[in-house]
Amino acid sequence: MQLHNGTPNTALLIKNVSVHYGAITAIRDVSFEVKQGEIVTLIGCNGAGKTTLLKAISGLIKVSEGTISFKGDIISNTPAHEIVKRKICHAPEGRGIFLNLTVEDNLDLGAWTCKGTPIQKTSYQQDLEQVFSFFPRLKERRKQNAGTLSGGEQQMLAIGRALMGNPELLLLDEPSLGLAPQIIEKIFEITVKINQLGRTVLLVEQNALQALQIAHHGIVLETGKIALKGKSSELLASDEVRKAYLGE
Amino acid sequence: MKPHGLQTLWVWLLPVAVIWILHFFCVSSIEPYYFTILMYSGINIILAVSLNLVNGFTGQFSMGHAGFMSVGGYVSAFLTTVLFEKYPVLSTALTAHHGWAGWGASDLVFLGSLLMGGLGASVAGYLVGLPSLRLKGDYLAIVTLGFGEIIRVLVLNIDTIGGARGLPNIPPYTTFGILFTFVIFTIFMVWRLVNSAHGRAFLSVREDETAAEAMGVNTTQAKVRAFVLGAFFAGVAGGLFAHYLRYLNPQTFDFNKSFEIIIMVVLGGMGSITGSVIAAIFLTVIREALRPLQTYTHVDFRMVIYSLLLIILMLTRPNGLLGTKEFTWFFRKKGRSIS
Repeated sequence: MQLHNGTPNTALLIKNVSVHYGAITAIRDVSFEVKQGEIVTLIGCNGAGKTTLLKAISGLIKVSEGTISFKGDIISNTPAHEIVKRKICHAPEGRGIFLNLTVEDNLDLGAWTCKGTPIQKTSYQQDLEQVFSFFPRLKERRKQNAGTLSGGEQQMLAIGRALMGNPELLLLDEPSLGLAPQIIEKIFEITVKINQLGRTVLLVEQNALQALQIAHHGIVLETGKIALKGKSSELLASDEVRKAYLGE
Repeated sequence: MKPHGLQTLWVWLLPVAVIWILHFFCVSSIEPYYFTILMYSGINIILAVSLNLVNGFTGQFSMGHAGFMSVGGYVSAFLTTVLFEKYPVLSTALTAHHGWAGWGASDLVFLGSLLMGGLGASVAGYLVGLPSLRLKGDYLAIVTLGFGEIIRVLVLNIDTIGGARGLPNIPPYTTFGILFTFVIFTIFMVWRLVNSAHGRAFLSVREDETAAEAMGVNTTQAKVRAFVLGAFFAGVAGGLFAHYLRYLNPQTFDFNKSFEIIIMVVLGGMGSITGSVIAAIFLTVIREALRPLQTYTHVDFRMVIYSLLLIILMLTRPNGLLGTKEFTWFFRKKGRSIS
């Protein structure tokens, strides 16, 4: 199905989306778009619905109203494994890596959708090398069980694993969660690098200041609704955001 | 690292060769009692390793393995017994054909019936798995337990295959060589599967289902695949069992049998093929090894000691004897060319 809304370079279009957990409404009538090649960040407090929205995009939960479309095709309420095939890869909250498998096996699983297709033969090595160039630590530890990695390394693995799917749209759910400041710095740096290589990034963050500094656009979610959206430079300058999220 | 495909092949062909040498030269001199224990160990190895694929590697707790074994056993025994009795034309046609490359007609019939038994069990596995694998943990366990009972009651009420009387006069086709070739084959298949891309999908489902889904693994499909494959090998084990014991009784495949297999998997370590093999042999042997105790004490202490052993083992090694470790010389991971 084709949607005729959004500009031609719209990657992700979210229109009037609501999500319910049973009787509880987690997301209420949210609409926004992510343009191709951008970093867009979703910020907001705990329970604002950021993770829920990301899960709805990657098909892990169902949308009760509205539509999500990617490059003109409606993807809402299709199974998660179908969505990954459209090159939307999700690095889930809390990393969700496979602790008892080796780093290498984790990365291979990231390339699961490419398995058996010509893509694997041509780009698997390339993708792997790219991931290892972003995160040399993973290369050093590729034979180790993922459970033996430090928190930062596990997050690197989660991002690397999502990159193995060769995504056009990368969904990052709180990559800075529970990490040391230097590592957060590094993760953000690499997010920018990933974006510069032509991948669109949708970044969910609590770390509003740093997220807005690297993003092109920002969206502020408050109790399931969009409170503010706009260019990140504008959001950084806005009094409301400064007060509520940047602690000034 | 360089791939060592040839080396791997030798590691697996050697045991098969040894088995056939033993089959032709040594096995006849083993006392029948010990031979029976040996054969049951073999059947239990197939059952435990195939259940480990479902319970250990894919993390879906199935309690219906005896049901699949029963389906496989009855299908293959039905083919070799009832069908050939009803249609003697078939057997004369086959005996007129003198076999192929040293294999007699009966061996071919047997292999065919085993295959059909395995396929029958996989169909049953598919039918049970598709609706019930959406369930998790205890719920799945209960559904599969119920399935095992349904099969038992069904068999009990089908008169063509003997019903409650059981199915007697099954030809003694299961020989040492054939059984242990299947044992090696099962271990080999499960090992290769677990170390393949599909196997990694199974493992990912066990580790974190949501993350597996986010990686694009069709988790329901992966679970059903593991279930169907596990059922196939259980069916083959059932067929081998039927043609060794030469008599099938529906009561053999009650939930106790399922538990017995689960105990082997848990004891050996969920996710360790080596562990399943060791535990299958250990548990088969220990039941018999404890038998003389009865003659001294005049009380059947067997089950008491058996249970105590299990409790002690689970307290000291909660992950099973081997956890997820393997005997690495045998179960080497394939080398990768990534530098």
